[in-house]
Amino acid sequence: MSKTELMRTSLYVGGTSPARMIQSGFYHADCLVYDLEDAVSTGEKDAARFLVYNAIKYQRPKDKYILIRINGIYSSELDEDLEAAVRAQPDAIRIPKVEYAEEVARIDEKITVIEKEAGLPVGGIQIWCNIESYQGALNARDIAKASPRVVAMALGAEDFTASMAAQRTKSGWEIFYARNLVLMACREAGISAQDAVFSDIKDMDGLQRDLEMTRALGFDGKTCVHPSQIDAVNACFTPTEKEILNAQRVLDALRQAGMNHTGVCTVDGGMVDKPMEIRARTVLAKAKAAGIEVGGIVQ
Amino acid sequence: MIKNCLGRELPERIGDYVVRPYMGPYDTPAPGKTVVTRRMAGHWIPGESKRKETLRDAILASGLKDGMTISFHHAFREGDQVIAQVLTVIRELGIKNLRFAPSAVVNIRNPSIVDFVRDGTIGRIEASGIRGELGDAVLAGEMENPVILRPHGARPRAIEAGELQIDVAFIGASAADDYGNCTGQIGPNACGSLGYAFVDTYHAGCVIVVTDYLVEYPCVPRSISQQYVDYVVEVDSIGDPSKIGAGAARVTKNPRDLLIAERTANLIAASRRFKNGFSFQTGAGAISIATTKYLADCMKERGIKAGFALGGIPAAIIDMYDNGLIRVVECSQSFDAIAAQAIVSRPNVVEIDNADYANAYNKGCFLNREDFGVLGALEVDTDFHVNILTGSSGEMMGGLGGGPDVAGAAEIPIVAIPIIRGRTPSIVKRVRTLCTPGETIAAVVTEAGIALNPNHKNYAELKEDLEKTNLKLVTIEELQQLVERMTGVPKPIQTTDKVICIVEYRDGTVIDVIREVSTR
Amino acid sequence: MDLIKSAIAGTMESSDVRIILEPNHGGGIEIHLESVAKATFGDAIEATVRQVLAEFDVKDACITLNDRGALDCTIRARMQCAVCRAAETKYDWGKVDFHV
Repeated sequence: MSKTELMRTSLYVGGTSPARMIQSGFYHADCLVYDLEDAVSTGEKDAARFLVYNAIKYQRPKDKYILIRINGIYSSELDEDLEAAVRAQPDAIRIPKVEYAEEVARIDEKITVIEKEAGLPVGGIQIWCNIESYQGALNARDIAKASPRVVAMALGAEDFTASMAAQRTKSGWEIFYARNLVLMACREAGISAQDAVFSDIKDMDGLQRDLEMTRALGFDGKTCVHPSQIDAVNACFTPTEKEILNAQRVLDALRQAGMNHTGVCTVDGGMVDKPMEIRARTVLAKAKAAGIEVGGIVQ
Repeated sequence: MIKNCLGRELPERIGDYVVRPYMGPYDTPAPGKTVVTRRMAGHWIPGESKRKETLRDAILASGLKDGMTISFHHAFREGDQVIAQVLTVIRELGIKNLRFAPSAVVNIRNPSIVDFVRDGTIGRIEASGIRGELGDAVLAGEMENPVILRPHGARPRAIEAGELQIDVAFIGASAADDYGNCTGQIGPNACGSLGYAFVDTYHAGCVIVVTDYLVEYPCVPRSISQQYVDYVVEVDSIGDPSKIGAGAARVTKNPRDLLIAERTANLIAASRRFKNGFSFQTGAGAISIATTKYLADCMKERGIKAGFALGGIPAAIIDMYDNGLIRVVECSQSFDAIAAQAIVSRPNVVEIDNADYANAYNKGCFLNREDFGVLGALEVDTDFHVNILTGSSGEMMGGLGGGPDVAGAAEIPIVAIPIIRGRTPSIVKRVRTLCTPGETIAAVVTEAGIALNPNHKNYAELKEDLEKTNLKLVTIEELQQLVERMTGVPKPIQTTDKVICIVEYRDGTVIDVIREVSTR
Repeated sequence: MDLIKSAIAGTMESSDVRIILEPNHGGGIEIHLESVAKATFGDAIEATVRQVLAEFDVKDACITLNDRGALDCTIRARMQCAVCRAAETKYDWGKVDFHV
């Protein structure tokens, strides 16, 4: 996993405040999402496009994965958003409220047209899909495979909960099924699964509890709504020292078994099977990607 | 024209001021003589009263004349009402061309100090910094004589060396008795520590206590003793409590500032000097105060308690004390009401003389024993020189404060600032005004990373300690280039040859001067 | 391009610039700059303003800027937005393309 593929945290920054847009480049989020949609009032959509385009073109933060969240697929802003967004050459365009695979295919086509017009490498810009309604959740499997550009899918809990006429709670049971639908769809398609925002900025304990679920379910990353959440969320996706040491032991044992041609490999009295091996390699790859020095990684 | 060892061009004389160029942070030896004082031996017969009905009476009694030197302390900060009242009376009396030598010039309005400059009441100024309207006026060349600026610790040095001799000192006290015993720790306008007033009471020719809260004799607690006081005047109000600092000094919520603060705390926690009994200070800046919260977390996590905290004290440090994290708090100044009241209510929160805090030329000050100091700055350059006086357009906007003192004495002085403020770079190739010499700065902490100073005496140990962590270390050059790429190259500000401000170092040598900005 | 009406873009927030753009028929380009960084970046700001106007081929305009320390990319963005609003036109994003 290269550093640029690290997607543990993404931070939204509204295309309205130059001060915040510039400062965001210094926070520790892996991904920055410049927002043209919910953070921007109707009267300032044009201004936001100019700010975001110029910010990315001239003050692009290094070592970050850059996204632009465009307005909705059926909005009057869509075409102009794409004209600006593609030419800004972000790493990805984040589409809100996706419900059907063909919506993604349509946007893919539009991006291709603009890439060609602009003389940019076709297919260079990736897509993240935000699932924000029951329809999107139900169609998650198709959406995840709708285009080769799609590299991640994220659950938008607030709008999803509204579409369900449910109540958004901190325990998160109302989004449990949706989380798993999105997750499984991502696994099937081999793309990154991004968990929903925890919106109470002041409740750091609540965030930690939410992160326990995020981690246990197997998400690859989570969106942050405020810089104060970034460190906690990064930590959630970074393997602990214990996990790293364990993973090294598993791979060492495999290497030994391979050298000794014993055919069977055990660690702590238990057999090392393929899933354990994959988990161990994933842990070490994540650790390395997070900048942790892991000595002697076994191939 | 001469150049000091840091390459700053200085005239050999400026009017009657003879320039002794800066040579190094520890290069000036002890003066080898007794202290100079204007204090008169007195004789007060029992039954005689020190009370004067009005400021006018007290000033007349003091014998204040044209050209003399008057002083004030700045413990009331923006809420001070003593200075304006005193200057107004002086003006009414027609006294002119005074040397105004407060411990720091606060930005009072209606009237503003600049009014008294313009009408000739004030002819010279010596302080630790000037700003606002007065700063603009000085920068525009409105004062005939250059302003002399010194860091906090250098003021008592200069007074005891006879370089600054005060004729009349006005001590605003939030509580006083009729014989001059007084304090800032109690009373409706309590400002807390009167640290900056002590040297004036010991060495001024005449000491006038001004209070709005006369208490029964003898005043307890007592910061300043009756034996140094000539007259006592009661006025209606010495300060505006809301401006002195109601409640706790506000803690920043800016995520960038919090990031820098947390990084600073992490640097301190990574140092081998971070162990039981360590000492520190944070000063007045928003980032510095935010650092205390993160530092407290590190201390709780590792079970480490500080021996003492020092200097200007905000509520955040009193909070740490209350949580058992600091054994003693030595206050030369109180930044808010909570810190002000803490001196009376908490046994190990004590008031100290500013000289005890920062004077390098007595028999040893607290700073000589300090481990960590967190400082603010307007600019730092690639030699780690610090500017805390002039802004990007040349405007006077900061103040030396105790920055050069802390850097000159503490083991690990840290500057914690953002690399950019609006379009103004904070990390530059060459600071506009050199206030604190680079070799006394150990580290600069910013949102873009930490730069360690290879020329600092503790560089090797700090580097070793930090390399064990995953804190992002960068070079100061990288920071400067990064911010220049963001802002573009600023156009240099043109100045004339006229020196309007002399910047002294702790030892009275001249580390830099500020020249008048040319008008286009 | 001709400006049809007055337009405003930007805010008075730190690091932003508030631009008021007005038609100035036959009067050429008039720039009134107030900036917290005028002494150091005033020239650079004016240069950017003129550059953007030239990109749009606007020859007559009165521009009032209240700058709170905006970086160049922000000034550019606010100017582009103001011109489009004042000229009541959509921006041609394609004009920056390298045509293959």
